Amino acid sequence: MDMFNAIVQVLDSTIRLSVPLLLACLAGLYSERAGIFDIGLEGKMLVGAFAGAAAASVFHSAYIGLGMAILISVAFALVHGFASITHRGNQIVSGVAINFIAAGSTIMLGQAWFQQGGRTPALASDERFGAIIWPGADALRSVPILGPIYSELISGHSVLVYVAFLAVPFTWWVLFRTRFGLRMRAVGENPAAVDTAGISVAWLRYRALICTGVLTGIAGAYLSMVQNGGFVKDMTAGKGYIALAALIFAKWKPVSAMFACLLFGFLDALSIRLQGTPLPLIGKVPVQLMQALPYILTVILLAGFIGKAIPPRAGGVPYVKER
Amino acid sequence: MAQAAIELIGIDKSFGAVRANRDINLEIVRGTIHGIVGENGAGKSTLMSILYGFYQADSGEIRVGGQSASIKSPNDAIALGIGMVHQHFMLVDNFTVLENVILGAESDALLKKSIAKARSELERLEREYGLEVDPDAIIEELPVGLQQRVEILKALYRGAEILILDEPTGVLTPAEANHLFRILKQLKEQGKTIVLITHKLREIMAITDTVSVMRQGTMVATRETRKTTVEELAELMVGRRVLLRVEKGEAEAGGVKLAVQNLTVKDSRGVTMVDDISFDVRAGEIVGIAGVAGNGQSEMLEAISGIRRAVSGSVMLDGKPIDLTGAADPGELRDRGLAHVPEDRHHVGLVLAFEENENSILGYHDDPRYLRGPFLNIDAIRDDARDKIAKYDIRPADCRLKTANFSGGNQQKIVLAREMEQDPGVLIVGQPTRGVDVGAIEFIHKRLIAMRDQGKAVLVVSVELDEIRSLSDRILVMFAGRVVGERGPEATEGELGLLMAGVEHQEAAE
Amino acid sequence: MSTPYAKLPAWADYGLIPVINLAVAFVVAGFVVLLVGENPFRAAAVLVEGAFGRGQGIAFTLFYATTFIFSGLSFAVAAHCGLFNIGGEGQGYIAGLGIGIVCLAFDSVLPWWLTFPLAIIAAAAMGALWALIPAYLQAKRGSHIVITTIMFNFIAASVMVYMLVGMLKPANSMAPQTRTFLDGAQLPKLNWVIELFGAKIRSAPFNITFLLALVVAFLVWVLIWRTRLGYEMRTYGHSPKAARYAGISETRIIIVAMMISGALAGMMALNPTMGDQHNVALEFVSGAGFVGIAVALMGRLHPVGIVLAAILFGMLYQGGAELAFEMPAISRDIIVIIQGLVILFAGALEHMFRPYVQALFASLSPRTVGMEAVKGKGA
Repeated sequence: MDMFNAIVQVLDSTIRLSVPLLLACLAGLYSERAGIFDIGLEGKMLVGAFAGAAAASVFHSAYIGLGMAILISVAFALVHGFASITHRGNQIVSGVAINFIAAGSTIMLGQAWFQQGGRTPALASDERFGAIIWPGADALRSVPILGPIYSELISGHSVLVYVAFLAVPFTWWVLFRTRFGLRMRAVGENPAAVDTAGISVAWLRYRALICTGVLTGIAGAYLSMVQNGGFVKDMTAGKGYIALAALIFAKWKPVSAMFACLLFGFLDALSIRLQGTPLPLIGKVPVQLMQALPYILTVILLAGFIGKAIPPRAGGVPYVKER
Repeated sequence: MAQAAIELIGIDKSFGAVRANRDINLEIVRGTIHGIVGENGAGKSTLMSILYGFYQADSGEIRVGGQSASIKSPNDAIALGIGMVHQHFMLVDNFTVLENVILGAESDALLKKSIAKARSELERLEREYGLEVDPDAIIEELPVGLQQRVEILKALYRGAEILILDEPTGVLTPAEANHLFRILKQLKEQGKTIVLITHKLREIMAITDTVSVMRQGTMVATRETRKTTVEELAELMVGRRVLLRVEKGEAEAGGVKLAVQNLTVKDSRGVTMVDDISFDVRAGEIVGIAGVAGNGQSEMLEAISGIRRAVSGSVMLDGKPIDLTGAADPGELRDRGLAHVPEDRHHVGLVLAFEENENSILGYHDDPRYLRGPFLNIDAIRDDARDKIAKYDIRPADCRLKTANFSGGNQQKIVLAREMEQDPGVLIVGQPTRGVDVGAIEFIHKRLIAMRDQGKAVLVVSVELDEIRSLSDRILVMFAGRVVGERGPEATEGELGLLMAGVEHQEAAE
Repeated sequence: MSTPYAKLPAWADYGLIPVINLAVAFVVAGFVVLLVGENPFRAAAVLVEGAFGRGQGIAFTLFYATTFIFSGLSFAVAAHCGLFNIGGEGQGYIAGLGIGIVCLAFDSVLPWWLTFPLAIIAAAAMGALWALIPAYLQAKRGSHIVITTIMFNFIAASVMVYMLVGMLKPANSMAPQTRTFLDGAQLPKLNWVIELFGAKIRSAPFNITFLLALVVAFLVWVLIWRTRLGYEMRTYGHSPKAARYAGISETRIIIVAMMISGALAGMMALNPTMGDQHNVALEFVSGAGFVGIAVALMGRLHPVGIVLAAILFGMLYQGGAELAFEMPAISRDIIVIIQGLVILFAGALEHMFRPYVQALFASLSPRTVGMEAVKGKGA
């Protein structure tokens, strides 16, 4: 039974740890499906986290915090669009720039406004998104097997966790069942086809980037208002890049993205859980190996050893009318 | 009087200094197939892009169905019932046929309804025009002919009454082309108006009602197809230009220097561009390859020079064979005495961001003359560049100037100087005077003839018929990836024009 | 990396436009300063005063600049070959491993002037090796080098944590770092040079690596503009098609350029380890690899520009520290913002102001008008 409880706990933290990855990964999916590389997911998440926690603590409302997180994150996404769509700048360079601006400005403004070494004030419970206890969760807790699964894994998460997982079928639906999704996928594959069909390539890409901004904003809000009771500097700690890795791993597909993020979240949960404990058969696995595993797996995938990850064909190339 | 579907009045369009269209007047009658012919660069595609809203004319008026129309984007064109099938298909390769058809013309924010509507609409179009295609097939898995059909369906689905096709048979097999023509005739019978842009006179004669000829940006003539002949059109197309005759003596051809054997080349899509061709070039002669652009000349040049891998074939250089299907390397061919002036000097023959002297060693940068150990011998390189500048009268005479700042003619001279001064046994030249001013043309032609007189084997590929005629000692005509004829320099323009247009061999001989 | 637009005089292209980009970055940063309720002009004054006002400041400025010269050169070498090496951070970090091993092995037996060359070789070799895998994957399997180098940054971080927590840490210590190097692996300071001019320096880590950086900058200039290899790299970087035409092997040139870039990134690890902290510690690179991107873009990929831009960023780092001390509302992180803004305006938006500058020049000289009309539209 201890073993079972341990597994439930690891899976529970897998869910918690994969949520920000999932939101950021889906965010990247919108942008990259529309043909805009985005290595600025990290930065947008970070400004989202900061804006969310700051607004929540000032206005004492989790929802205002969330709104602010989304707003600021979208603003950064639009900067990326301005550089890479309107001015046809290098998308990688623009993404790098956004990550720096985000890293610097969150710490600096945080320090100036709250004077707590770059942190925002600890959020009170009504300034955070609390856990939602599903009906009967407490009562069922003692039921063997199903009880813990229901009460720990399914119930008891914040609303943003459910939002993240609902965003998966929603994104799938948008992508494959709506006009916007069709056009977005088309513009990432062959913008000339979209242009000759009489649709504005730039506006379409801007809209995709707005979706990216919304999702990275939620991802940031989750970090600072759910996982942590406030903003801490550099709290994204490379999650934006892991999300990017997961996106490649998932071959730019929403449902696969969820599984990739769960896998990477699971590796993270496991490495926390296993700190120093030897595994049966394998022996002691260095924590660092577990932490590096998402990156190593992504490199192996990119090298074409596990299937081939083919990105949207027009990705990274600014659209210029021929001749 | 029949009603005009489209009237173009006084259309002008310039790209920088290039006047692509000047004072174009054209009337296209409703319910007819109207052909527009002209050589490459005559301005046909620009004119149609203006009509489709891709470009805006600098001046002039467009009337659609008698009403003055302002077409600022493809959207406006589509709304006016104009559809276009582009030369390079505007399809999303990993989408299904249905998805491509509805893209931009979805009837609903949700795809389900749009697709259902499109599916029944496609069935109707299939019944009416015989445009059969599996609506759920993925584009990249369809043969080229069917992909084109999807383009036509796209236009019809958007309610096109006027359909523009830009070089539609360029990528089709003869059987596919015939099928396309049947479809076009059927569309005409249903009252659609069709504008067919092509450089193939055979097609014009086969299916158009009216034909307009463009040359150098102007509309030179419009004829009723049944009242004109291929010969007249060929002449109108090529024009009676003043031939820049170059002084040259008789060729004293020696032994075979370059032999191309059974060369077959496919492009990246797997379409055969060069189809099993063989020919020789002997010392002391210039062999010219004539042909309309896109008939495999570019791919042939790239294969012979080692840039593009061939499916089969080899070259013999001075009697020694080099396989072109394996890891043929431009450096190796260069070492064996084959110099190459590529067609595209902007991206291949030169690095525009380089200083002139840096470009004067491109490809020969591992020659010990230009090196001092692993270092570039800057003094030697610059001295060498200055010599070439003087010898080839390259202006401005500044070997430190960025290559992008030289005019087209001088850029071409930089490439020619580099390749000719290596004293190669064989020189192959793609489009020797494309984008080159008149003064430089004469200079370049003289140089090429001087090379011949020194006993080099020279192969010239050009879409300029005058150039081929004035330079060559023998002329090979390429059409659809094959050499369709060989003529002496005395061949007439009309004769060569017919061969280039793919008109049957026998017809041309008469 | 970019196609030439209409013609601008070289001084405008290499001087005026970077200055405009930099100025805009500072203006935007000024607004951030306003946002925290401080006076941007006073902040700028404090920053410059902190960086150059006293000998101490100058020494620190040049110390920071040393690392940035290496990382800037690293990025530039790859960029000349058309490659976006975003992995300088990881290549520099992993080079710390080579340095650590060499220093721990030899610091008790060899003098610094023998340990130093060995450490240079070890650092360059480790950096090159770490760049080799992404390069190979790009050349042979088409894996996007930007993504693989990012991944390798994280893998490097994990490897270094593992090594520092495990093998390199002295048994009796808790801190994840090597023991302090002995005299044989401590590089001599150059502070006396500044003191020659009458300044007083209490202590500053400005050391001999700075001279190495200048030498290497010169060597990079030689490599790029004076060797056959550099010629081939630039050809490939401007036009892969022209490189193919010229018989240059794509695989070879990508791998060689990336390994040189990695070696340069590796060498940036010498300064903070042997020159300053005298150990190899966790996260000793602290973002210097990324600063290299800003430095290289700002310096327009030319070694002279890179040295100047590195000094500018050294000044920002040093002056930023002073600024944080003088004006508590402004934290040191203002420099990270400026860095990001410089990358944005000098990199991604490099062409934003160019048309205006061109129009300005065109209106000043009638001859250029014609040229622009022809080139601007015809292209």
